[in-house]
Amino acid sequence: MSVSDGLLPIVPYLVSGQDGDFYLQGVRCDSCQQITVGVCNVCPACGERGAMREIRLKNTGKLYNYTIVYRSNPGVRTPFVSAIVDLDGGGTVKGNLASEPENVRFDMPVKLAFEKLKEIDAKGRHYYGYYFTQN
Amino acid sequence: MSDVYVVGVGMIKFGRFPDRTLENLGAEAALMALDDAGQTIHDMQALYCGNVYEARGMVGQRIMREIGQTGIPVVNCSNACASGATAFREAWMSVKAGVNDTVLAVGVEKMGRGLLVRAGPEDGLSPEGILGSTTNPSLFAHMGMEHSRKYGTTAEQFAKVSVKNHHHSTLNPKAMYQIETPLDVVMNAEMISYPNTKLMCSVNVDGSAAAVLCSEKKAKQLGLMNRAIRIRASALASDPWSYHNLAMSDFNEVTRLAARSAYEQAGVEPDDIDLVELHDCFATAELVHYENLGLCKEGEAGRMIDAGETQLGGRVPVNVSGGLLSKGHPLGATGIANVYEVVAHLRGEAGARQVQNAKLGMTHVVGRGSACAVHILEKA
Repeated sequence: MSVSDGLLPIVPYLVSGQDGDFYLQGVRCDSCQQITVGVCNVCPACGERGAMREIRLKNTGKLYNYTIVYRSNPGVRTPFVSAIVDLDGGGTVKGNLASEPENVRFDMPVKLAFEKLKEIDAKGRHYYGYYFTQN
Repeated sequence: MSDVYVVGVGMIKFGRFPDRTLENLGAEAALMALDDAGQTIHDMQALYCGNVYEARGMVGQRIMREIGQTGIPVVNCSNACASGATAFREAWMSVKAGVNDTVLAVGVEKMGRGLLVRAGPEDGLSPEGILGSTTNPSLFAHMGMEHSRKYGTTAEQFAKVSVKNHHHSTLNPKAMYQIETPLDVVMNAEMISYPNTKLMCSVNVDGSAAAVLCSEKKAKQLGLMNRAIRIRASALASDPWSYHNLAMSDFNEVTRLAARSAYEQAGVEPDDIDLVELHDCFATAELVHYENLGLCKEGEAGRMIDAGETQLGGRVPVNVSGGLLSKGHPLGATGIANVYEVVAHLRGEAGARQVQNAKLGMTHVVGRGSACAVHILEKA
């Protein structure tokens, strides 16, 4: 998938790189070494200021936790697997896991995939997003 | 600093009241609490009000218009599902600090029906169903699944919580439901977010509850000590940083922080607690909170529900009111409704569901976002 004009990231920590690839943005605290998803100036883990170094989070990880959502907000297609993934190298993100519910196991290796979303917002703008697949 | 006492409580029967205003529901509980204490609004030096959905609507002042506008300070508290408990705690703190000696705390809510849909981003696309789920049922399903991951807790064990609490509420005339709900009915209900079925989700009801708090000196002066309940601990915590917290709401550490503080303040151990009203917003949550509150050892919550230790007559009865699952969960009222329930038991006035010889009781609520309040109450 390549970047196209007018496509927005669904969340600020999803970034399209200069070479057309996508990655999740994080920061590592120079003081306590904890990784936080997204960008921030103060470390939520230790409170250190000005010690947050921007990093690319890894595209692979392990499934820490999940639930299968059968009822969601109006208009949201169900069921889907809501997954909490511990990324290799640090950072935890939530996302959909594209898998049949019966195949989901704790700690299964997963990887990120990026896509142009079908959904548009109230202003008709298009977005790109991410999801997980079994690795 | 002298102890603070609850000298009056009130709670309306939880239900659905489309024809009544929010302030009218709050006023009814407030007047009940005043009557229970034998006091009038003229004796109150401040009002603390808990509410979520009309947090900017000056709910406390609207209640004053229905119970007497005496001009006292009114503080409106919004802290998600901990709003009522936060109002109660602010009331406690003002008496503890010696600023007031007699105050009123009210919690009130009118709820919608079904899944409580949170507003999406003002500008942009809602990530719901694209980047996982952030519905309340899904967050608390994740909480239960994390426990399953660690200890192998089963869907049936979670479901038993709902069976127990629905049974308890058959003994509580103020609960929304008085219907026995067997395990197969709970487990075969519509699946909302695995492992929580519809009957493992708290009931959205309208409700209100209130309490009159006063200083020891004032309680003695008014001759109210014989039915007074001592507040042994009042603890409030926000969610501390934890590894998964920013992706997966952590309701555990926040509860452990508040519980630890409450036990320290009261100088008691979990084994000393005779009954607990805890935040069973979803069946999964109750089981995990057994461990968060120290009611059993780590990993033993599943065994604890299997053994019936938390049912009425068990080692430490939990949610004998029916809990949020069956009594109902009017968000801003819940924290004070929990106090109402524990006070009833400590006074020996809980009727058919009375926990025998109850001397110490605990209340616990967790608001998403997160806020946890724990109180320990004792028969004076």
